[in-house]
This record gives sequence, C-alpha cells and structure tokens, in this order.
Amino acid sequence: MGITFRKETFRDDFTFKNSPEHIRRFPFPFHEDAYMYAVNIEPHVVGPKGSVLENLIDVDEHYVAEMQDRALVLAEDPLRCQSLPHMTLAGWDLLELLMEQQALGYPEHFTLTRDGDRWRWINRPLGIDDTFTFGDTSTLPYGPMEYITRQSQGDFCILDQRDGNLWMDAGMVTTQADWSLDFDIGMNFFEWHAPVPLAHEKGIFTRALKFLTNIQQGKPARRLNWTMTVNPRLDTSPENYHKWGPDRATVTPENVGDKVHLRVELQSFWRLPRSNGIVFPIRCYLIKMDELVTQPKWARRLHRVIRDLPDELANYKGLTRYRPTLVEWLSKLDDGSPTSPGFGPD
Amino acid sequence: MAAKSIISRPVYGTLSPQPGKHHLFIADAEGALAISDMAGRAPAGFFDGAEIDFIPGPGGKHIAALEALKPAQFHQAPSFASLLPRLKQTLANAHMGLRLYLAGTEGLIGQAMQVALEAGIDHTSIQTEHRGSLARRMQCVHCKGITENVTTQPATCAHCGLLLLVRDHYSRRVAAFQGVCINAEDRSEIPPMEEIFR
Repeated sequence: MGITFRKETFRDDFTFKNSPEHIRRFPFPFHEDAYMYAVNIEPHVVGPKGSVLENLIDVDEHYVAEMQDRALVLAEDPLRCQSLPHMTLAGWDLLELLMEQQALGYPEHFTLTRDGDRWRWINRPLGIDDTFTFGDTSTLPYGPMEYITRQSQGDFCILDQRDGNLWMDAGMVTTQADWSLDFDIGMNFFEWHAPVPLAHEKGIFTRALKFLTNIQQGKPARRLNWTMTVNPRLDTSPENYHKWGPDRATVTPENVGDKVHLRVELQSFWRLPRSNGIVFPIRCYLIKMDELVTQPKWARRLHRVIRDLPDELANYKGLTRYRPTLVEWLSKLDDGSPTSPGFGPD
Repeated sequence: MAAKSIISRPVYGTLSPQPGKHHLFIADAEGALAISDMAGRAPAGFFDGAEIDFIPGPGGKHIAALEALKPAQFHQAPSFASLLPRLKQTLANAHMGLRLYLAGTEGLIGQAMQVALEAGIDHTSIQTEHRGSLARRMQCVHCKGITENVTTQPATCAHCGLLLLVRDHYSRRVAAFQGVCINAEDRSEIPPMEEIFR
C-alpha cells in the first residue's frame, strides 16, 4: 500500500495539514520539560514502524506538495541551489544515496535499476522515468545534486572535509530556518554557525565538529533541531524575510492554534563514499498548534519549554513578538501534572 | 581595532615579513603606514622582489613613503575597481611562493582577498593588517546588491532601499557583511540610525 500524497500549499492560502497518522508520527523534539543546547547526536538507525525513522530517508504524505513548492522557490531564486566546482563528484554520491534509500523504503513509488554505469530511475509520484549514465552530467537535465534534490524532501548541504574542518561547498536550500546558502557557501563549520548565540561558549561546535569529521561510511548519525514558524511556510529564507516577517505580527489569541507551527528539523549526517564529503540532509516537519495539542503530553510539555526558554534563544528563534500570546494559549492546556519520560505521545 | 565579535568576522593581524622572494602588497590610504612599519623589521633587500599596489584615496598621502622603500614595482591606482584587471593578471601569472600582504580598510582587504581566493590562494596564508576606516562593505540578503562604505547602523540598501541591520556575519567569498531587513515584521518601526563604523 502506497502513500496518499496530499494536495496542499505552503504559501498564499496555506492549505498544509497533517493527517491523524502524521500527527502521531511527528518527531516531537523535547524529551523533558525544558530545552537547552546539547550535542544531541545519535546513530541514525532505523526506528519503529510508523515513525519518521521507519526509513533512513523518510518520504511522507507531503512529498509531492513539497517538491512543487521547491520548484516555485527555485524559479524565483536559482541561487538557493549552488555547488562549487570541486563538488560535482559529491553530487553523484548524493544522487546514489537518495535513489537507493528512496527505492529501498518505498518500492511502490521509486525504482532504481542499474546496468553498469547505465542507470534507470523511475519516480512515480512525480511522473519521472529517466535513463542516464552515472558520472556523466550531460545525461541529466540538471547537475546530479540539483536533479535528485528536486525529488527529495528536505534541504541538503554537502560539506567538503579538509584541514580538519567541514566546508559548506554545495547545497539545495529552500526550506531553511532563516539562513542563506548564497551567503554562507564556502564557509567552514565555525563560520557558518557564527551567528548562533550561547553555543560557541559551551563548546558545542568544537565537539560537534570532532564527531562529524569522524563519521564513517555506512554509519550515519542524526540529531533534532527546532524552531517555530507562523503559517506553514517552508520558505522562511532570509532572502524573503521582508515578505514573511510581517506574519509574526499577525498572531492573536484567536488564531494561535491555526497559525503557529512547531518546526522540527531531522538532521542527519552521512559520509559519502567517492568524495569523502559529508551530506547533511535537513528534513523539515511542520505541525500546527491545534494538531500538536491533540496529544495532551505534548501540549503540557511545549507550554513549559516555551515559557521557560532563555530570552536569547527565544529571540534567535524569532519567537519574541508572539511568545506571550502562545504561552498564554498553551497554559490553558497545562494542568500542571507530570509528563512521562521520552519524546512520544502517551 | 575592531571590537570582539562573532567567529565569521575577519580577524586582522600585523604585517610581518615572510620568507620568500616574491612579495605583493596591496594597500589603501593609511594601510601604507602598516607597510612602512613592517619595512623597519624587514631584512635588507626585502623589497627588491616586491610589488606595491597602492590606492591613496582622497587624502593622497603616503605615496613618497612607499616609493622610498624602492620596491621592484610601485603602482598607484585611483580605485580598487581600476586595480582589479592588473591584480587578476598578476595573481594568474604568479609562481608558487608568492606572498601576499593586504593593509588598509576592511573593504580593501576583503575585496583583494576575494580576488586572491578566486586565484586559489589559501586565506590563512595571507598577511593582513587593518588601518583606517571601519566602514563596512555590506551585501543586502534580499536583493543581493552591495553597498560600499557603510558607516551607520542600521543602513539603507543603496539598491532596493530596505532598512538593513548590518550584521557581524561576514562572507570572504562575497567580501561583505550581511545586511538583513531590520523592521521586516513591522515596517512602521524605524530605529534611529547611528554612525558606528568610522
């Protein structure tokens, strides 16, 4: 049985919604009633059936609509997808990884057949059936990274490893939480994280870099990150901040449940076999407050996390303007009773 | 000296004579003083293999002081844009072992480094020393236009007109600080403009 792909939008009339099954599988990012940065990296291994970890590259009911939104972003601004000249081989590595994983997890939707360098890729949800020569860019309509990431949910950064550091040298970034690939491309790990408050002082990035530069082939790792977004908008880029920023001033006690979304990034890290690069998929999951609070444990916990978040973090995540309205709304769903350990709903 | 800031913001040092036979200096305005100061610490004959490209700026000072160092080549340029074709050719024809020294305003150092990076020179091998104005080169993240010599916070984008927060986040590849709309959430909020990058 295949996935039923929703027809929905992430802009204008914002018809994005999660089905009840997708609410239950939402990767809620708080394992306790408070939040602070940590190097929360763990092995990226397959998780329970029905969770977002059932497959290492997750495809869900939003796949087709997300790919349509990505195409719109790229038509407006092609600089969201860039690859420095030395990164083409890593692009082929990524194409192989994503085709293999999607075909493995969802054989009813994707098929990859290989005859030496001659590959055939069938993507049924998007109506694609292409035959090409692996390693020969002239046989694809785009570069290998752009070709496959126009068919894969989430943003993708490809990091080159040299001089004991990781360099952001290629990426497809259209669903980002307010950072610019066009500005950050070519930067090293510390430089592109420079604007993040508090974490440098805690030594987070030094430890994270040490971990990431030691990732081995076939042993990917993952972590969760989160922020909040007003309206289910995937493209919250700095490029368009002057267009979506005003949304943050539209939150009222009446519309919080519909407008405010928890935005969770499932970030994973994979060593690429030929280029020795690291690919860093940043998969974005959105859930509106009305959907999230159908799970009473999540409602109670989110209330406590947002209420107690240090101001610096609230500001960095862009919550400051509507945090009081959100906390007040969530407080009515928090009876003060304890929450069970772990991420999942009760 | 620039105040302590975030990690992507460039850190400048003090020029010091590097081992090697070929030395290329690029400086503007008071950057000349960094070269003169370094010359006092350089071994005899150091400038026999040196080229100095100098943009004096509106003051027109320090030319004689640099000529007095008797570099193998001395070139005076009216602007960075006018120096660019020569600089690109010099770097394209340079042999392994050329040492690069940049001194003066942040805009000059950043733009010269951008050309050097494109020529394949590693940024950590380049000697830099900041002298003179703290005015910033800023890229508007919205329209991508570059505004030169930004001295205020916030600053108006010379291209699209948005009022921008001038961040400390810096890209060597773009050779600019990032400007992000400061009142995107409510355009009626107009924070006062202060002159802070002098």
